[in-house]
Amino acid sequence: MRFFSATTERYADPAWHGRVTGSLLAVLVLWALLVASEFKPWALLDARSMAATGHFLRGFLPPAHSPEFLAMLLQATWQTVAMATAGLTLALLGAIPLTLVITRRLSVSAIGTGRMSRLSALVRQCVRWLLVLLRSVPELVWALLLVRIVGLGVTAGVLAIALTYCGMLGKVYAEILESSDIHATETLLQNGNGRLAAFFYGALPESAQELLSYTMYRWECAIRGSVVMGFVGAGGLGQRMDESIKMLAGDEVASMLIVFVLLVAVSDSMSKLLRRHWS
Amino acid sequence: MAAIELNAVSVRHPTTAANGPHPLRELNLSIAAGEQVAVIGASGAGKTTFLHLLACALRPDTGDFKLFGSDPWVLSETARHALRTRLFLAPQVPPLPPRQRVVTAVLAGRVPQWSLWQAIVSLIKPRDAEAAYHALARFDLQDKLYMRVDRLSGGERQRCGMARLVLSDAELLLVDEPLSALDPTLSRQTLTALLQEATSRQATLICSLHHVAFARAYFPRIIGLREGIVMFDMPREQVTDAMVEALYQNERQRDALGLDPPLALEPRGF
Amino acid sequence: MKVAMYKTSLPPPPAVRTSTIILLLGWAAFIAASFASLPLAWSDIFSAEAVRSSREFLQGFAPPDMSPEFLARIAIATQETLAMSALGTIIAAILGIMLALPASGRYGIALRSVTRATLNSLRSVPELIWASMLLIAAGLGPFAGTLALAVHTTGVLGRLFADAIENGQRLPETTLSINGSKPVAAFLYATLPQTLPQLMSYTLYRWENNIRAAAILGIVGAGGLGQMLKYHLSLFQMPQAASVILAMLLLVAIVDAISYAWRRSMTGT
Repeated sequence: MRFFSATTERYADPAWHGRVTGSLLAVLVLWALLVASEFKPWALLDARSMAATGHFLRGFLPPAHSPEFLAMLLQATWQTVAMATAGLTLALLGAIPLTLVITRRLSVSAIGTGRMSRLSALVRQCVRWLLVLLRSVPELVWALLLVRIVGLGVTAGVLAIALTYCGMLGKVYAEILESSDIHATETLLQNGNGRLAAFFYGALPESAQELLSYTMYRWECAIRGSVVMGFVGAGGLGQRMDESIKMLAGDEVASMLIVFVLLVAVSDSMSKLLRRHWS
Repeated sequence: MAAIELNAVSVRHPTTAANGPHPLRELNLSIAAGEQVAVIGASGAGKTTFLHLLACALRPDTGDFKLFGSDPWVLSETARHALRTRLFLAPQVPPLPPRQRVVTAVLAGRVPQWSLWQAIVSLIKPRDAEAAYHALARFDLQDKLYMRVDRLSGGERQRCGMARLVLSDAELLLVDEPLSALDPTLSRQTLTALLQEATSRQATLICSLHHVAFARAYFPRIIGLREGIVMFDMPREQVTDAMVEALYQNERQRDALGLDPPLALEPRGF
Repeated sequence: MKVAMYKTSLPPPPAVRTSTIILLLGWAAFIAASFASLPLAWSDIFSAEAVRSSREFLQGFAPPDMSPEFLARIAIATQETLAMSALGTIIAAILGIMLALPASGRYGIALRSVTRATLNSLRSVPELIWASMLLIAAGLGPFAGTLALAVHTTGVLGRLFADAIENGQRLPETTLSINGSKPVAAFLYATLPQTLPQLMSYTLYRWENNIRAAAILGIVGAGGLGQMLKYHLSLFQMPQAASVILAMLLLVAIVDAISYAWRRSMTGT
C-alpha cells in the first residue's frame, strides 16, 4: 500500500491521486472496449485457424507468376484503373454543373445587394445537401447497393465512384472557387455576364491549378477505392483478390498485393508529376 | 591515477571535412581525481568542445585520451556507455523538457543509475521526491518542486540543471557556463553550492566560465583557452592579469572598434 | 534620336506548349480507352426496365425499420463499431510508438530504413484488405476488424510519430544519453514529454477516421454496423438495411460534429 500513498506528507505529489483515478478509469474503459469488440486473441491459436493461416502464409513464397496468371492480373489491374478513371470522369461531369449552382460567388441574384433571392438560396441549399448525401454514404455502401441494382461487375463500381466522388468534387471545387480572388468574377457578373461566362473567364483561370491538383489527388484515391470495391463484387483487381483469399491461395494473393502496392506507387508518382507540371 | 590525461589531442566536429579546421588542437593536460579546474576563454575558444571531448561525446582526431585510466574509444560501445554513467555533463542551455515537472526533470539525474523499469515507474510516481526537494533547496528552489519547467525563469532553469547534477552520483562533473543567466548574488550562491557538492563527493570538477573574476576567486586551477589551444594551465596564484588580457585580447579590441565577433571555426558552405 | 515605332499589327499569340497538348490528348485517350474497355452496359443502366427495377429497389427502403428491438440491435452494433475503432487505434498507438523509435534513427540508419519500409507496407494495404486476410486467422466478427485497423493504423501512426520525434529538440535527450542513460529511458524522459501533445493529436485524428473505416469493415464479415448491413441486404430485408445505413450516416455526422467542436475549443475561442 506504500506505493499507493503519495509519499510522506511533506513532499506529497499533488498529481498522484489524479493519476491513480485516471488509471483506474482507463482500465475500466479498456475492459469495456475489450468486451464490446469481442477481443479474443486466443482465437488466433485455435488449431483450425492456425492450420488455415499456415497454409495461406506458406503460399506466399514464391508468389504466383505463371504467364496465364500474370496476364489475368494485368487485365484485372487495367480494369481497376479504367473503372477509377471512368468513374471519376462521370463524377466530374456531374460535379461541374452542381458546383456552378452552389458557388455563392457566382450568384446572380446576389449582385449589388449581397443577399440572394429566397429561391436561389433554397436551390443552393438543396444541392448542397444532395452533395453531402452523396459523399456521406461510404463508397463501399454505394457499391454494395449498386451491385444489387445493376448486378455484379464493373458497372456497379463505376457508378459508385461516380456518385461518391461527385459529392466530394462538388464540395471541394466550390470551396476552391470561393476562396480564390473574387475580383475578376465579381466584375464580370456586375457587368451583366451570365454565370457560365463569369466562371470561364473569371473564376476558372484563377483556380485552375488547384482544381486540377485536387482532381488528380482524387484519381489516386479512386484507384484505391476501386480495388476495395472489388470485394463486394465490383470487378477488377479487388474481386480477384477476394476470390483468392477465400480459396486460401497465398501465392496468388502475394502477387496481387505486390501489384497493388506498385499500382498505388505508380499512380501516386504520376499524379505528383502531373501536378508539378501544371504548377 | 589521473582522472583525465590528454596527450597531443586534437578534435574535429563530426560534420567537418577531412582537412577542415580543428576547434581544439595540441591538448596536453593531466587532471587528477578530485581536482577543481576552471576553463576560461572568449566565445568560440573551444570551451564547450573541450567539455564534450571529456564527456566522450566527441571522438579525438589525433593523440591519446585517457579517462579514468583507460582509453574510452577502444572500448566496446556498451563498455563506453557504462563509463558514461561515471560522468555528468551539464550543458549551458538547461536540457529540461518544457512540459515536464521540475521533480521529474531533476530526478532524471538518477536515471543512469536506475534500471529501465525503475525509470518508468519514477515517471508515474517520482521515486525519491524527498531527495529532489533537498537538492533543489541547495539552490533555493524547493517550492518549485511540482511546478512545470516552462513556468520557471531562465536563471531558475539553470539552477535546476545544477540540482540535477547534485542528484547524480557521477565522479567527474563537467559544467558548461552555469552562471550565464544569474545575477552576481545568485552566481556566488550557485558556485559555492556546486563546489561544496564536488568537495563532499571528492569528484573531479571541470567548469567553463565566462566570468574570469569568479574563476580566479573560486577555483584553485585555471586553464585558459584561445582559438582551440591551451594558452596556460596553472594554479590561480600564478595567473596574471596580463595572461587573462591576452586571452580576450581580440574580443576586447573588436568590442572597442565595434567589429563583428570572431568567425566560427567551422568552414562555411557557399 | 530614334523613336520606337509601334507595331500596327497584333503580336503573335503565345505558343501553347507542345507538352500540354500531348498531355491533354494523352488524358483524353486514356479516358476514352477506359470507357471503351469496360464492359459497361449503358443500355442496361438507362433502359426503362433498369429504371423501374431501381425504383422498386429504392422504394423497398422506405419506411426504415424503427422498431425498438431493431434499434436496440443497431445500438449494439454501433457500440461494437466504436469499440473496434477505439481499441484498434489504441493498439496502433502503442505499436506505433514502439516502431517509431527505430524508425526515427535512434538505432542506426539501417534499422531506420527497414522499419520505415515495414511501416509503409502496413500502411499501403487498405484496412478492408487486411480485414479479409485476417478473417482467416481470427474468424468472423469484430476481432478481425480490430486487428485490421490496428495493423493498418500502426503503419500510419508509426510514420507520423517517427517524423514528429525526429523533428523534436534533441538537446535534452542527447544530454541524458551522454550522461549514461539507456536510449529508451532517455527518450521517455526527454523527448516524449515534448512530443506527447502532437502524438495525441495524431491518434485522435486517426480514431475519427477509423470509426468510418470500422463501420464498413463489417461488410466483409468483420462485425459492427457493416456486418449488419451485409446480412440484411443479402436477405433483401430493405427496411432494416435502410435503418442501418441511416445509423451509419448519423454516427459519422455526430463524430464530425464532436471533432469540429473539440478542434474549435482546442484552438481557443
